[in-house]
Amino acid sequence: MKRRQFNKLLTGIAAGIGLGAAMFGGQALAEEPLKVGFVYVGPIGDHGWSYQHDQGRLALEEHFGDKVKTTYVENVPEGADAERVIRNLAQSGHELIFTTSFGFMNPTVKVAKQYPKVKFEHATGYKLSKNLATYIGKTYEGRYVAGYVASQMTKSNKIGYIASFPIPEVIRDINAVQLALNKYNPEAELKIIWVNSWFDPGKEADAANAMMDQGVDVILQHTDSPAAMQAAERRGKYAVGQASDMSGFGPNAHLLSVIDDWGPHYIAETQKVMDGSWESTPMVEGMAEGAIVIPSFNDAIPADVVAKAEELIAGIKDGSVQPFAGPIKNQAGELKVAEGEVLGWDELEKMNWYVEGVNGELPK
Amino acid sequence: MIKLEPRGQHSKLMAWLSPVLAGCLTLVSGAILFALLGQDPAEALHTLLIMPVSDLYGVAELFVKAAPILLCAIGLSVVFKAKVWNIGAEGQLLMGGLIGSACALQLIDAEGVWVLPLVLLSGMVGGALWALLAAWLKTYFNANEILTTIMLNYIALNLLIWAVHGPLKDPDGFNFPESAMFSDSALLPTLIDGTRIHYGMMFALFAVVVVWVLLSRSFLGFQIKVLGLDASAARLAGFREKRLVWIAMLISGALAGLAGVGEVSGPLGQLVPQISPGYGYAAIIVAFLGRLHPVGILLATLLMALIYMGGEMAQINLGLPIALTGLFQGMLLFYLLACDVLINFRIRIPALSRSAVAPIASQKETVR
Repeated sequence: MKRRQFNKLLTGIAAGIGLGAAMFGGQALAEEPLKVGFVYVGPIGDHGWSYQHDQGRLALEEHFGDKVKTTYVENVPEGADAERVIRNLAQSGHELIFTTSFGFMNPTVKVAKQYPKVKFEHATGYKLSKNLATYIGKTYEGRYVAGYVASQMTKSNKIGYIASFPIPEVIRDINAVQLALNKYNPEAELKIIWVNSWFDPGKEADAANAMMDQGVDVILQHTDSPAAMQAAERRGKYAVGQASDMSGFGPNAHLLSVIDDWGPHYIAETQKVMDGSWESTPMVEGMAEGAIVIPSFNDAIPADVVAKAEELIAGIKDGSVQPFAGPIKNQAGELKVAEGEVLGWDELEKMNWYVEGVNGELPK
Repeated sequence: MIKLEPRGQHSKLMAWLSPVLAGCLTLVSGAILFALLGQDPAEALHTLLIMPVSDLYGVAELFVKAAPILLCAIGLSVVFKAKVWNIGAEGQLLMGGLIGSACALQLIDAEGVWVLPLVLLSGMVGGALWALLAAWLKTYFNANEILTTIMLNYIALNLLIWAVHGPLKDPDGFNFPESAMFSDSALLPTLIDGTRIHYGMMFALFAVVVVWVLLSRSFLGFQIKVLGLDASAARLAGFREKRLVWIAMLISGALAGLAGVGEVSGPLGQLVPQISPGYGYAAIIVAFLGRLHPVGILLATLLMALIYMGGEMAQINLGLPIALTGLFQGMLLFYLLACDVLINFRIRIPALSRSAVAPIASQKETVR
C-alpha cells in the first residue's frame, strides 16, 4: 500500500511536471476534458425516465468524444441523500451538473449556493439562481398528437389515461389530450385513473385492466412502467408509450411513443459551458428543439391518420399548431383563453385546472 | 469431508470473531470482484470504504446518514428483546416526520427556543402512537404484530402522501407535492459549520446509552428480556405482559418517530414524500447485525451507512454501477450469517482427527 501510494505520488509529480511543461509550451490546456455529472432518481434500466437521461448522456459523450468526461450516480433517493451526492459531484471537479428529478430541487439549490463556479441544471423544477438553470420537455406537444391518434383509433369512444401525481406537468398533458379530443372527436370520453406513483407496474396494470373492463380501447399513460402496454397487448387494445420507445412491450398494441430525447439539450448546454456562454435560464424545449420525439407509428393506423399526425408534428415544430390556442374553457365553462390567444408558459408552468370536457375533479 | 459439529455451548470467542471473519471474507471477495471488473482492487476498496470518510464533510455525512437508522434500530432492539416483532419502524418514522412537519408548519411564523422541542416532541408522539396502535391490536385482539405493523407502514406512507398533496402542500409550490420550507426556529441546528451533521446524531447516541442502561441495569429491562426468553416464566413471576408490550412498543415507536422528525427538521428542512429510503427496514437488518446490543448496533449502523456512501463514491470516481453496493451489502450479510454458524458449531475434518477427538466429543454428549 505504502509503495503504491509512493508510486502514485511519483507519477503525480511526473504528470505535474509534464503538464507544466505543456502549459509552458502554450498549448494543451484545452485538452483537459470538461467533467459533466448526472444524478438519476431511478436505476438506469432499459426504458423510462432515467434511462432516457442516460441515453442523453451517451449522446453527449459520443458528440464530444475526449473533450468531455461524464459521470452518473443512479438510484439516488429524493430525500436527504441527494444533497451529498450532488455536492460530491461538485467537489470532485464536475463543472456542469444535471439533476434530473423534481425532488432534487432544494438540494440542488443548496449545493449551487456552496459552489458558485459550478453550473447546475435541474430538470422539471422552478427555482433558479445565478448558477442554477432549469429545463423541461414540452411533453404536452407529443401528448396532443397522441390524443389526436387516439381519437381516431378508438371504436368505443372511451380513452383511458393513467396519471401519476396532480402536478402541473401531468395536468397540462391531460388537458392537451382533452383539447385534441375536443377538436378531432368530441364524442370521445377521457377516463383518468390516478395511481400516485411514477413507477408501479402492479397499480398501472390494475388501472389499465379496470379501464378496459369499462370499455376503454386506447390507453395513454403518464407513468414509467410498460405494464399498461402489456395489458393492452394481452387484451387486443391500443396503448401509447411514455418516455421511451415501448413498442417492444406490445408490438400490436403500441400506437406510438412520446419520447424524451435529452441528447440535444445536453450537447447544447455543454457547448455553452465550453464557450463560456452558459446562462441561468428556465428552458422549455419541445418538438422544435428535438427534445420531444415520436419516432414511429403502428402499421395498423390508417395512412390518412398518420399523414395528419405528421402534419400536426410539422405544425407544432414551425409554430403554426398550438395545442393551447384559444378559445379554451375550463370545466365550469368559463372562458380561460380567448380566441386568437395562446396560453403562455408562465401559465402552463403552474397549471392547476382542467379544460372543458375532462371528467371528474382534479385531486387536491 | 468437512463436518459441522455442535459445540454444545456457544463460543464467546467466535461471537466476537465471527463479524471480523465475515468482514475479511467480504473484503477478499470484494477484491476479487473488482479485479474481475477490471479495477485495481486496492483502489476500488479504498474508494468504497475509506474515501467517503476521508474529510470532515464525509465523516459528518456518515453520521447524517446513520442517525435515522440508528434511532430506529436502537428502538427495535428493545422490542425484539421482548420477542415482539415490530416490523413497523418505517411507518412509525414516517408518522413522526408527518406529525412533526404538521406541527412545524403550524408554527411557521413562530419564533423562540420552545418551537424546536415542541416539533421534536410531536414527532415522537406521532411515532409512538402509531406503534401503540399495533400494541393495542396485539394485546386486546391478539392480532399478529408482524402483520399489523407491516400494514400500518403502508397506511402511514399513504397518509404522508395525502398530506403532502393536500393540507401540508406548499401554497406557493406550483402544486408540487412538498411542504413549504420550515422556519429557522423549527430546524435542528448543525453541530459543525459547513457540514450537515445535526443534533439528530446526538439524540441517537444518547438513545444508545439510555437503552443500554435500560436493558442491562434496570428491572424493567430485565422484565422485557424475561418476557422475550420465556413468556410463561414472565407470567409466572407476576410480570404484567401486556404492560411490557406497550412499554416496549412505546419506546420503539417514539425513537422511530424521532428519527422521522429529525430528517424533516434536519437535512431536509421541509416535508417531502420521500423522507426515508427505507431506513425503518434497514434498521431491522442493523438491529440483528448488531446482535441487539447497543454497541453492536452502533457499529453495524456506521458500517451500513459507510457502504451506502461508498456506493455513491464508486459511481462518481470509478464509474461502477450501483448494483455493486447491493452486492457488497449482500455479501457482508451472507458471510455474517455463515460465520455465525461457528458460534454454535465447530468445523471438524474427520479424516484428520477421527481417532483422537471424536470419542471424547461423543462421550460429552452422553454425559449431558
